[in-house]
Amino acid sequence: MNSKNTLKIGCFLLIGILLTACKENDLQTVKIEGNRIEINKDLSEDAAITKFIAPYKKHLNNTLDSALAYNPKHMVKSDGDLNTAVGNLMADIVMEQTNPIFKNRTGETLDMVLLNYGGIRSGLNKGNVTTRSAYSLMPFENEIVVTELTGTKIKEMLNYLEKAKTAHPVSGIKIIMNRDYKVKKALINGKEIKENENYYIATSGYLQEGGDNMNFFKNPVNLYKIDYKIRNAMIDYFKKVDTLSFKKDQRFIRK
Amino acid sequence: MKRRNFIQQTSAATALVGLGGLLSLSFAPNTQKHITILHTNDVHSHIEPFPPDDSRNPNMGGVARRASLIEKIKMENPNTLLFDAGDIFQGTPYFNFYGGELEFKLMSKMKYDATTIGNHDFDNGIDGLYAQLPHADFDFIISNYDFSNTIMDGHTRDYKIFKKDEVKIGVFGLGIELKGLVNDSLYKETRYLNPIEIAQDTARNLKQRENCDLVICLSHLGYSYKSDKISDMKLAKNTENIDLIIGGHTHTFLDKPTVTRNKIGKEVLVNQVGCYGLYLGRIDFYLDDRSSLKANGLKIEV
Repeated sequence: MNSKNTLKIGCFLLIGILLTACKENDLQTVKIEGNRIEINKDLSEDAAITKFIAPYKKHLNNTLDSALAYNPKHMVKSDGDLNTAVGNLMADIVMEQTNPIFKNRTGETLDMVLLNYGGIRSGLNKGNVTTRSAYSLMPFENEIVVTELTGTKIKEMLNYLEKAKTAHPVSGIKIIMNRDYKVKKALINGKEIKENENYYIATSGYLQEGGDNMNFFKNPVNLYKIDYKIRNAMIDYFKKVDTLSFKKDQRFIRK
Repeated sequence: MKRRNFIQQTSAATALVGLGGLLSLSFAPNTQKHITILHTNDVHSHIEPFPPDDSRNPNMGGVARRASLIEKIKMENPNTLLFDAGDIFQGTPYFNFYGGELEFKLMSKMKYDATTIGNHDFDNGIDGLYAQLPHADFDFIISNYDFSNTIMDGHTRDYKIFKKDEVKIGVFGLGIELKGLVNDSLYKETRYLNPIEIAQDTARNLKQRENCDLVICLSHLGYSYKSDKISDMKLAKNTENIDLIIGGHTHTFLDKPTVTRNKIGKEVLVNQVGCYGLYLGRIDFYLDDRSSLKANGLKIEV
């Protein structure tokens, strides 16, 4: 290699080093400020955005607010001790809407439904019942599942209800507790619960997976996914009937 | 608001900031750069503001208001980036009716630069997410989901480098473990990769190889947990090269970013602005040439 070439390479190297130096990040953060800004009514609305949303909103509201059925009586969550009209509505609708699907798929019949009181997200006002009512009652996407449980697990469920002292919605079962919430009598299909018999119970996927500590639902003998949202079951039921007739009754009481 | 100042290399910082300002005024060109980062998380299909009679958030939120605020901030500082940290979907009938189309279209109109992916973004299945992609004019950045066996393959990025006023801003994204949280029939063969390892590698690459001036992580891991579960706070402490973590998932309302220290003792900011579009997060970074006297310390005002 002659000296001219060495010089050339040297130059290239030098340029290379210079370029690298320039490319190297030479900025340094000197100050950071952090804030959060509340989005409230003091901010003006972007008119173009409002206009863009409008047709979606209109279609949504038309669909949500068109009457599907009529409710003759206000229903509130607090209108009962261990069962309420609105809770019975949810549990009975799950029973009625799920049973034909379940029967069709398995040939079996549902024995009962158990949901959770916390899952009733609103009351139901007297007047027109709409799709929006179903969204208010059930904003979550929970789907209906059917669990096959042993009688022993049903006894565990009753223990759970004794401790819960709460109007968890049920359908298909009759439970009578004493004043101290001890089960005096529990009947499924009008019969005593047998530990060595299996029962089909519909609930939400959320509860089956241990939501609200309903651990008796975990590891069932069989689990059937119905692929049907609780909300959609309600909407379909509301479309089907003219006037709702759910009320507080004697299915789950203390005396 | 409480004000805390963290000053590194205190020796010179306070004394020289004033002098530096004078110098830049007198003969040096103004070398200071100003980058604004705006962010939301867990908006959950909240398009309209909450009604006046809402029990928790009366008259708050609303996309049209957020849009005007973003526009105003961008007018003040064109060097602004806008991000979301996931869970765009699910929470109002807008999602049930339109499947996320309106959410993506509005984010595009607001000129979001990128988002990461939250667990609820799989609520209509990975196919439901894919179906809405044509409505999104922004990037989906997620570094620890391997989508190669799914329909989302090739539609997300591990990271992206934004350049604003000569400042290089590297952005990567982290998603939460989906198993147990989302029905596996919804996320299908999406593979979850260890977020700390991915973050370490990606942030190192961005800072050291790509020479990014700022490295931002969009995370849907959650702010912090009592359990061992990986969170933004754990991520911050166990990694290097990250300047800011924009979080989500836990719907944590921070009135100011949390300043913590990373594996080598350097400050990292962790922020999250609750949910439902009730707040917009804003972080302003001021950068200066290393040779400038002003660059003699880092001042964090939150």
